[in-house]
Amino acid sequence: MALVETRHLSKTFKKGQFSAVNDVNLATAEGEFLVILGPSGSGKTTLLRMIAGLEEPSAGDVLIGGRVVTELAPRQRRVAMVFQSYALYPHLSVYQNIAFPLRAQGVARREQRPKVEWAAGLLGIGQLLERKPRELSGGERQRVALARAIVREPSVFLLDEPLSNLDAKLRTAAREELSSFHRRVGTTTIYVTHDQVEAMAMGDRVVVLDQGMVRQIGSPREVYDEPADTFVATFLGSPPMNLIENDGFLVGIRPEHLLPAGFVPAPAVRFRFRVTRVEYLGADRVLHGVLEGSRWKETKVAARLSSTMRDDHPVDSVHEFAVSEPHLLFFERGTGRRATPRVLSWQ
Amino acid sequence: MSAQARRTRLGVAMFAPAVVYIAAVIGVPLAMAFLYSVGDVKVGSVSYHFVGLENFRSVLQSPTFRRALLNSFVFTVGSQLLVIACANALALALKDRFHGRGAVRFLILLPWVAPISLGAIAWKWILDSLYSVINWVLVAVHLASPFDTPMWLGEPALAMLSVILVHSWRLLPFSTVILLAGLSAIPKDIPEAAAVDGAGFWRTHFSITLPMMAPITTVAVLFGVVFTFTDMTVVYILTRGGPYDTTQVVPSLAFFTGVLGSDLSEGAAISLFLVPILVAVAWVMLRMAQRAEIA
Repeated sequence: MALVETRHLSKTFKKGQFSAVNDVNLATAEGEFLVILGPSGSGKTTLLRMIAGLEEPSAGDVLIGGRVVTELAPRQRRVAMVFQSYALYPHLSVYQNIAFPLRAQGVARREQRPKVEWAAGLLGIGQLLERKPRELSGGERQRVALARAIVREPSVFLLDEPLSNLDAKLRTAAREELSSFHRRVGTTTIYVTHDQVEAMAMGDRVVVLDQGMVRQIGSPREVYDEPADTFVATFLGSPPMNLIENDGFLVGIRPEHLLPAGFVPAPAVRFRFRVTRVEYLGADRVLHGVLEGSRWKETKVAARLSSTMRDDHPVDSVHEFAVSEPHLLFFERGTGRRATPRVLSWQ
Repeated sequence: MSAQARRTRLGVAMFAPAVVYIAAVIGVPLAMAFLYSVGDVKVGSVSYHFVGLENFRSVLQSPTFRRALLNSFVFTVGSQLLVIACANALALALKDRFHGRGAVRFLILLPWVAPISLGAIAWKWILDSLYSVINWVLVAVHLASPFDTPMWLGEPALAMLSVILVHSWRLLPFSTVILLAGLSAIPKDIPEAAAVDGAGFWRTHFSITLPMMAPITTVAVLFGVVFTFTDMTVVYILTRGGPYDTTQVVPSLAFFTGVLGSDLSEGAAISLFLVPILVAVAWVMLRMAQRAEIA
């Protein structure tokens, strides 16, 4: 049974304006880690807030455990949410923060302590219980927010960009921790982020959202290797996928597949590539440049080369680059939708 | 003259107007009050004899004064409780957007910006023994007999209630604005987190919102206490302290004794009883301000 389901869920904030969320149909599997990924303003947080019951949908329904909960208040939905700001109660100690959902549900006082200690232990914050939120670091606050969410063993976890307030190093560690935490407790989780690395690293499945509409739902591998349209293709990946116009189609090439011709096995498509800028990123180098030849109208492209490739590509030099044909992706030019692979003339 | 000395002179010159102003408007009257309270000054007489604590002794022995002191506390505590409860409700109602919110906010602010004498005179008519509209309504809905209507300003308990109500009506906008500011300062996430955590309206309000607003509520209460404890306008216009001094408060008694009763020394002694209370309030306020700076 799908644990959380949305049916034709839509939200319009002002009449006559475009929808923040537009006809979204989703269903999570039991115990799944579902990531909602989209740029800012794509409606991902609004979607999450509608599932939590903090925002009233303009149309459509939310189902939790097979029951329509659209009309229910947040507290009747048995969901737990971690906010981007963590929203800890500043006047309460860590212990009282974690115990608050239990108090709100009328759990007897003597039953609260073991549960709070269990949740705090799970997140390794047992020694912080007497502190106030303002005395905690960003990472500790995030754990308190998670402990507060887990303490009453909710059926669903909703996480709204919980890592965006952490610094880069802490974020990587917290990402791993969140993943292993999810494996341990196994609670169905919906996780909202704009960070594709988080989405790829943590998600069982990724929902790509743009302007309130679902562009694609699939495993991280599917959305990266088999993007449904040009939005998904260019939103995921850094630098984004190169799109080259050819015969009424847009042909997509991942920068890591555009390589010096000598490294590419046949059958391959060849280009003359003029380097305009080199970004040295340590493990990789990104070559920005243009395709030479009147046919390509100086189309801008990027190539991503591993630093182990000892090849010299100074600015303004021209090289023979190639893409292996199975790595070409085809999109219809008008709609941007994915098209079946086909043979085009490249000369 | 050295640059250092010139800077010092300039500093003194810039600072002096404030010192002169405070000294003239607050310092001199306060010093005069202390001086009068230990003398025998009367309106219309220029002599001054030191009489020690005689005035304080006589004031403390007067049942009117003791009644006024008690009334001052009843008046202050009663109106503050009422104001804080109502201001909380109003602030909650005015926090969310709705059609006509601007108009409602303006109307609620009116009692504060209108001159208190005008408002109090209107209330005097509303509570009048013969022409009271409240009584007219009570009679019309058969809650009161037309031959025995409540004497709002003529019966001791009702008179105190009326004075408290009118003063609360006047202070309400001020407290509402302060509490509204406190309420708006709470990040939206926090009540939302409480809602998801399973808290209903009352639990969210009493466990989360009110404690988070505690510092700003204290500020509203302290200002309210100062405004109420030192105020005599409402009492003066509505009841003149009557009936039989049952609504007399310390500032109004000081005014009646010292100015209308010509006994400046005793009036000064009465008004000096306000000082320890106001000093205590000021001390708490400064403590709060300091805490806010540290936090």
